[in-house]
Amino acid sequence: MDENTVNKGDEQDSSKSSRRNFLKNIGLLGAGVAAGAGALYSGDIFEKKKAATGEAKVLLTQDNKLVEVDSLELKALAKNPTKLMLEKGREGIEGRRWVMVIDLSKCRNARRCIAACQEAHQLKPGQYHLNTLQMQDAPDTAPYHMPKNCQHCDNPPCVAVCPVDATYKRGDGIVLIDNERCIGCRFCMAACPYSARIFQWTLPKDAGKHQGEAYNVELNVPQKLGTISKCLFSADRCREGKLPYCVSACPNGVYYFGDENEDAVSNGTTKETVRLSKLLRDNGAYQLMPELGTRPRVYYLPPKNRLFPFEPATDEAPKEG
Amino acid sequence: MDLIISDLSHHIRLNKGFFLWMGFLVLAFLACLFAYTRQLKYGLGVAGIRDYISWGLYISNFVFFVASSLIGMLISAVLGLIGMKWVQPITRIAETIAVAFAAVAGLVIVMDMGRPERLAYVFLYARFQSPILWDVTVITTYFVISLMLLMLPMIPDMAVLYKRYGSLPSWLKPVYKVLSLNWTDHPEQNRIIHRSIYILLILIIPAALSIHTVTSWLFALTVRPGWDSTIFGPYFVSGAFVAGSAAVIIAMFFFRKNYRLKDYLTDLHFNNMGKVLVLVAFVYLYFNINEYLVPGYKLKRADAIHLRELMSGHFAVMFWLVQVGGLLIPIVLMLFRKMRKPLPLTLISVVVLIAAWFKRYLIVVPTMAHPFLPIQHVPDNFKIYTPTLTEIAITLLSFILVLIIITLISKFFPVIPVVETAKEKGLDPLKSNES
Repeated sequence: MDENTVNKGDEQDSSKSSRRNFLKNIGLLGAGVAAGAGALYSGDIFEKKKAATGEAKVLLTQDNKLVEVDSLELKALAKNPTKLMLEKGREGIEGRRWVMVIDLSKCRNARRCIAACQEAHQLKPGQYHLNTLQMQDAPDTAPYHMPKNCQHCDNPPCVAVCPVDATYKRGDGIVLIDNERCIGCRFCMAACPYSARIFQWTLPKDAGKHQGEAYNVELNVPQKLGTISKCLFSADRCREGKLPYCVSACPNGVYYFGDENEDAVSNGTTKETVRLSKLLRDNGAYQLMPELGTRPRVYYLPPKNRLFPFEPATDEAPKEG
Repeated sequence: MDLIISDLSHHIRLNKGFFLWMGFLVLAFLACLFAYTRQLKYGLGVAGIRDYISWGLYISNFVFFVASSLIGMLISAVLGLIGMKWVQPITRIAETIAVAFAAVAGLVIVMDMGRPERLAYVFLYARFQSPILWDVTVITTYFVISLMLLMLPMIPDMAVLYKRYGSLPSWLKPVYKVLSLNWTDHPEQNRIIHRSIYILLILIIPAALSIHTVTSWLFALTVRPGWDSTIFGPYFVSGAFVAGSAAVIIAMFFFRKNYRLKDYLTDLHFNNMGKVLVLVAFVYLYFNINEYLVPGYKLKRADAIHLRELMSGHFAVMFWLVQVGGLLIPIVLMLFRKMRKPLPLTLISVVVLIAAWFKRYLIVVPTMAHPFLPIQHVPDNFKIYTPTLTEIAITLLSFILVLIIITLISKFFPVIPVVETAKEKGLDPLKSNES
């Protein structure tokens, strides 16, 4: 019984192995041919690509990674770019809680922040996402300059009153506006105690030049007639891992910007990164009108120990353009 | 009976006066419509509103329109339900005013939109957390109930006039026939119609209170000084009754004169409407005292700036004219019986109504002119609000539209309920054997 089986097995084995070898050979040959053809083909494509562009593009993926892609492999998605950006802009940047600290003791009203902001967001001279106000709290206290932007409140009154969900609060703390959705009722302007919002009453700056451009909700650009605009904490720069336009433009080290979750903020001028909690604790940080319950994401450090004399703003009222 | 019918219906015809008046209204309407096309083309910038004072004439006007429409509820529902028989000839006038103002209020708010072509978004992307959604809901509801309260009591009138009024213009006959809904004065029909009207009269009370309370919340739900008030709801509602009563008195005067209704809109009706106006004006005065005295006593910083601007600053002249000339003096005058005669009462009502409009302006604009943080580094026209001609024309547009609606309704339908008047006098309107 056993012998028989073994014999049979041997017989089968030998016949099987010969068949297997045969198949193997054919397979090898096939693979070789395929590989050769593949190499030839890819070489051909490579040549063609080189002939076509020879360009490698660096792109930012949705999860914030830089990748290199050959431009020939890029194809337009079925969705239009405005729609894609609108969807992405609703979500916010995973795991972040953006926060700004403004050190009033350093502000000399250079207004470089404003220029950078207006440049980035295509604003006219009289339109401010960010404005420096000359403040004086009581008759005997010292006047100071106070940069004032959207406070990106955690309990935003503007978002509460919007009838169409055009202005919204994202997971990363930023309050944004969808100008493709805004109906221009201006209820949010009425609701905001910080006067942070502006409206495009007339044709926006360079409207003709930017006509037809894809709308970027994280930059509010191109600006749209008959809709609201305001500070966005430079949401587009946040996505690139860069500091906001105003923060980078300040020559005097007024602004700190960073992530509350990391407990770290970076100064836009000195590029120094400090602990947020320590900065707030050591400098007597405060918020604008906290009694209103809006819970702002902007902190102010009081204007004490100033190294320069106060110079009143030369208020040249810009003409309405 | 025939006398009542012809008395109350003889104005239903196309005459020269009507064509002249409508021609004037239509021309004015077209001129103002041109102003609106400019706004559509160039944006809201053609108006004087800017970033800080971003609500101006349009929103003030909207509040005024909602306010004026409230009178339908006061006259028909409140006074009617508590058994005031004398309001009967005035009910249709009040409902006409309610329908006209409520309908146009919806358009006024569209005039204020930066993107009117996106109106549908209010329904497509509706967020019910927003008071604007509440406002849209209740104004639509109120408009529908008011329209039904205008149409339902008119059904028997349509039937009677269609069958018995020989001078009814032939082109109006099919309209009357359709609107009469085959009314035969059957007891079952009467039962249904009285029951429906009764239910509507009850329903319109919460609806009317809602529209103006919610409209007041568009302001009171913000934290701004001057708006941040808990009494804004009743403050607005009582003010609405003042404006509406004045509007009804003015309309009564014109119908009485132009449609020769002296025997039906008598001195008694004017006297009583004068008393109603005094009563609601007193209530309104009471809320005014609350609204200004309470913050005025405490003088919190932002409130102090607001009150100073109102009482001795930029808005002082308008403020005192409105408060004294448009409220206090009319109250005192109307306490005298002589002043409640048709002509003096109508003149007083005109003053009260104009003051009521400016009062809305004084509620909306000064608060926006003084936000918490200073207004700096902006063009001068951002700091002080001056309405533009275009803006004024667009505001006039809404008034012309209201006049057109009121003219059309009152011209082609009996101003005073025919059947009810007849029944009051013990006549059966569908039988012709009585006088």
